[in-house]
Amino acid sequence: MVESAIGLVLAPLASFILISFVTRRAAILSAVISIAAAGISFALSLSLLVGVLSAPAGAGLAAGAHASIQWLSIPSIGRFRGLEIAMGVLVDPLSATMSVIVSLVAFLVTIYSLGYMKGDPGFSRYFSYLSLFAFSMLGLVIADNYFQTFVFWELVGLCSYLLIGFWYAKPSASDAARKAFVTNRWADFAFMVGVILLFIFFGTFDFGQLSSAIAGARGSAMLALVAALVFVGPLGKSAQFPFHVWLPDAMEGPTPVSALIHAATMVAAGVYLIARGFALFQSVPGVMETMAYLGGFTALFAASIALVQKDIKRILAYSTLSQLGYMFMALGVGSMSAGMFHLTTHAFFKALLFLGAGSVIHATEEQDIFKMGGLGKKMKITAWTFVIGALALSGIFPLAGFWSKDEILFASLSSGHIGLYVLGIAVAFMTAFYMFRLIFTAFGGTAFGGTASGGEPTEHAHVHESGPAMTIPLIVLAVLSVFAGLIGSPWFQSAFGFSFGSFIFFGRPEASHLDMTTASISTVVALSGIFLAWLVYGKKLLKAERIAAALGPLYRLLDHKFYIDEIYAWVFAKIMLGLGIVFDWIDHYIVDGLFDGLGGATRALGRKLRLTQSGRLQGYALVIFAAVAIAVVFISTDLLGGFLK
Amino acid sequence: MIGFHPLPAILLSPFVGAVLLLFVPEGRRNLIRAIALAAATVSLVLAVAAMIFYDRAAGGMQFVEHYSWIPSLGVHLDLGVDGLSLPLVLLTAIIIFAGVFVTWRLESRSKEFFIYALALVGGVFGVFMSMDLLVLFMFIEIAVIPKYVLISVWGSTRKEYAAMKYTMYLLSGSAVALVAIVAIFAYAHDPAHGLGIWTFDLAALSTIHFDPAFQKFAFFLMLLGFGVLIPIFPLHRWTPDGHSAAPTAISMLLAGVIMKLGGYALIRVGIGLFPEGAHFWAPLIAVLAAVNAVYIAFVAMVQKDLKFVVANSSISHMGFVLIGIASLNATSMDGAVAQMFAHGIMAALFFAIVGLVYDKAHTRVIADLGGLAHQMPRVSAAFLIAGLASLGLPGMFNFVAEFTVFTGAIQVFPVLAVVAIFSVVVTAIYVLWVFQRVFFGPRNPKWDHLKDARGVEMVPIVVLAAVLIGFGLYPRAIMDTITGGILPLAQHVASLGIGGPF
Amino acid sequence: MIGLDHYLVLAAALFCIGFVGAVVKRNAIAVLMGVELMLNAVNLNLVAFDRFGVHVVPLGQSFAVFIIAVAAAEVAVALAIILTLYRRRSNTRVDDLDMLKW
Repeated sequence: MVESAIGLVLAPLASFILISFVTRRAAILSAVISIAAAGISFALSLSLLVGVLSAPAGAGLAAGAHASIQWLSIPSIGRFRGLEIAMGVLVDPLSATMSVIVSLVAFLVTIYSLGYMKGDPGFSRYFSYLSLFAFSMLGLVIADNYFQTFVFWELVGLCSYLLIGFWYAKPSASDAARKAFVTNRWADFAFMVGVILLFIFFGTFDFGQLSSAIAGARGSAMLALVAALVFVGPLGKSAQFPFHVWLPDAMEGPTPVSALIHAATMVAAGVYLIARGFALFQSVPGVMETMAYLGGFTALFAASIALVQKDIKRILAYSTLSQLGYMFMALGVGSMSAGMFHLTTHAFFKALLFLGAGSVIHATEEQDIFKMGGLGKKMKITAWTFVIGALALSGIFPLAGFWSKDEILFASLSSGHIGLYVLGIAVAFMTAFYMFRLIFTAFGGTAFGGTASGGEPTEHAHVHESGPAMTIPLIVLAVLSVFAGLIGSPWFQSAFGFSFGSFIFFGRPEASHLDMTTASISTVVALSGIFLAWLVYGKKLLKAERIAAALGPLYRLLDHKFYIDEIYAWVFAKIMLGLGIVFDWIDHYIVDGLFDGLGGATRALGRKLRLTQSGRLQGYALVIFAAVAIAVVFISTDLLGGFLK
Repeated sequence: MIGFHPLPAILLSPFVGAVLLLFVPEGRRNLIRAIALAAATVSLVLAVAAMIFYDRAAGGMQFVEHYSWIPSLGVHLDLGVDGLSLPLVLLTAIIIFAGVFVTWRLESRSKEFFIYALALVGGVFGVFMSMDLLVLFMFIEIAVIPKYVLISVWGSTRKEYAAMKYTMYLLSGSAVALVAIVAIFAYAHDPAHGLGIWTFDLAALSTIHFDPAFQKFAFFLMLLGFGVLIPIFPLHRWTPDGHSAAPTAISMLLAGVIMKLGGYALIRVGIGLFPEGAHFWAPLIAVLAAVNAVYIAFVAMVQKDLKFVVANSSISHMGFVLIGIASLNATSMDGAVAQMFAHGIMAALFFAIVGLVYDKAHTRVIADLGGLAHQMPRVSAAFLIAGLASLGLPGMFNFVAEFTVFTGAIQVFPVLAVVAIFSVVVTAIYVLWVFQRVFFGPRNPKWDHLKDARGVEMVPIVVLAAVLIGFGLYPRAIMDTITGGILPLAQHVASLGIGGPF
Repeated sequence: MIGLDHYLVLAAALFCIGFVGAVVKRNAIAVLMGVELMLNAVNLNLVAFDRFGVHVVPLGQSFAVFIIAVAAAEVAVALAIILTLYRRRSNTRVDDLDMLKW
């Protein structure tokens, strides 16, 4: 099992190296290598999952395998800790499931990219980055300690940077790439300090050893400090408020990348880390509460912004933020199963939605939904799969999102977070509304785009369905979006004797259930969201412009994403750069001034002193005589009666 | 190892090369290059061999050679390396090897250039190998002086000013350090509390338990004297001007090894002889280290010239070395030495690339550049590697070094360490910003005539990047050696019951 | 009765006159004359001490003879320098002789 785990990580790395150094010029070969590597990873991850599943039911995190090698060792001396770092592999239900999700989506997206990136000058480079990402992400998933997690955490950040800035000629893309990396860097700064402190307090990075060590340290202030610091890392990577700003901009990258990295896998790494280190977070109630409310807030906040966006990818990006908020909420209220379950289903339907959006963008070369329209007739597969994805996201029975979202709502209700429960329902309504606003505008209506955005109507006569490389992944993901939720359903439980909640859990297994109250409320709410969207954008019974005008300031606030980006830009331009300019001035005028002044003073003194060297012999003679006279007087003080002493 | 005596050969090879070059006529450029390359290669091969054959289990000084020089004053030309100095010897050898290739196409007075550069490198080797305080000091001077000529003759941008500034700063530092060295010499000769003999032997000197007051005094002088080399705020201002004015290969040596001389001497002499003095001044060093790391990172962010950005980033990174030294425990000092190595390679790579861009585009002003990734994909990839190393990305040796420093430092100076770690954020901001402004953006037809790096230009890039990534993936290859060198020192410090104020 | 003190006072006066002459005179010849006066003041002292002292060997007198010889040689050299200067600059003012300064 350990060999498979190592193999599934190394296959994409080998692909990256091969493409970078050998097949750079042979574009198709590069793609084939990359797809093959992703395929191998997927096959190996399936074998891992099968291996873990064959372990006795209810074994939970205990099932699986663990192996590590020493990577760095510095002995402790006296009361100072040394450093013991291992690199290892941890296979358990959590990592096996996650690696299946990652490698499956990666595999599908790599195939999809074959069609999407066709003819791009950076074809090989693109596939090498994809492979590098698969390597990093899988390395993160199977890591057995915080240090290794941090290493791969940064590497996925690098891949994200490279892929967002893939079209580096576009200034907006390179800006977005830098923004993503730097925003994450802020969060990772805290994460790194947290990881270091964790080691200093407990003497190990290992997840397994830590969970028992932490159990003995519950309630201590330093545990709270460590948990809070480590928690900031996931906030950045999963783009939770206030680190959310990078994710919408990250849509500058190629769309398959948005699907893979910025929807399905990398952004979920934060959720995964929290699940992985649940022992740590769960022992600090303050952090858990913060997690729950921050997640809930982000869910609402992002969904509200998504209501008014016009760019198809940005709508999906805000939707991703919102769904990640859901996952944080689930984890925060203490249900690791619900969080991971939503991560799983979300990976499928959000990847589907992004790939569908990619298919649309590929066909129309347009991202503004109000410049689209009537695409449903021209791109049947794309349209139908997209609708399935949207229904799954909105939580319509019996699609994937229904099961996982209800699980989260139920978890927040049963843990006594009524406020979060209500908030979750509100977000479900908004989700249904903005998704179907998108669908009715882009896929419904006539071939001529609406003019709600004020843009010129564009004809899409040349629009046609994408090729099989792109549609097959869509279909596969659509199937998964329909059925993936069932693994967490009570039916699955009764049929196979276990379900998601008894497979991945923290503490004790969670039985799957169908809470009828929650299910009916959320279904009604989702359907009414769809209905409202239909009224406004389908039938156009209500005028969107009029609603926007009526809501005036609120609409502007949403349209400007609550001005958060502006605030950050101001902070960077005024405070960070301002500090730089001030410090540079200090360096040039105060520090340099001090030392140049020292040099200048020496020279000035020399300039004065040189005047004593007049060059006149007689002057020198006078000085010599005076000196001799003084010396003689001193020497002869004894003879003169010692009156000078 | 019986029969393996690499040190004299490593040390003499550059000097022999320099002397041979004296007899070569200026016009024979291929011969000049060949001699320089041969001298650098001999050193590199032997340094790698020494690294491999160094007995890690035994530790301590190895490959020791004794030559008497001024016996009446107790001055001996004793050579030896341990885990502290061997990586730095290797670092020097790698950088001069890369530097020869960087200078391959130098047109004007290449003979004199190589003579001075090799003499400089010989001096650096001498510092790292010397087991005798006075010889060590003498080699520092040998390493410092040729730089004046190299900057003022082959430099650019206010080169005379920079060369003079560099020389004045470093010689002032040396003068201060010399006072400490003479004081140590006199103290050791005093039979009452010293050894009663005239000696500069570091091993013998370290057996003396210096009077605490004397330690405070002498360590402070060392801190001032060697702090200029590191450089430590506010003695750092020679660095941006010096680095920027120096020709590429010399910037590489300056940032790569000359700055390390200070850190090395501070650990070897400062902490080795005066642990209590070091302990007394540690809070000051830590504060200045945090200032170095963060303040200079902000300064780097607003620079307009590519080379000034890199030069300032070097100072900022040396802040990590300083806080590692100040924390006085095994982990932090291990990290400090690793950081010296990692930063040396990374800075050399950075300067090599900046030099390449400057040679081709004839400008280093960031605002004038842009979109170079279209014309020079290899150069941009190399710059990105250097940049990522600089911002401490895992997979690069710099990350290992920084992580180790922080783990050690945070146990002693929690707040200051966190302040210093914060500089990784600022570093990420300015490195990526610079990278974006220079290499990203639309294709600029103005640069269409530029050719990507190839042939000999790729040698330094490949060598340096491979070292960064190789040790980054498997740090034990070098960290174990460093640990072996640091442990005795750390144990000595710990046995005195000190190591930071908390 | 003329004693040692008288000689010493005379010598001191002579020395001071010579010193002032050497220091303040502008003309190089006059400076040289001042130097000669100082030397002779010393000679006077030496001879006086020899006369009134208790030495068996006339050490002072022999020193005086040496000094006279050296002074003669010195004058020869100094006059040669002054002559050269005069030829180059057509005067012998010491004010102008500040070439020792850079």
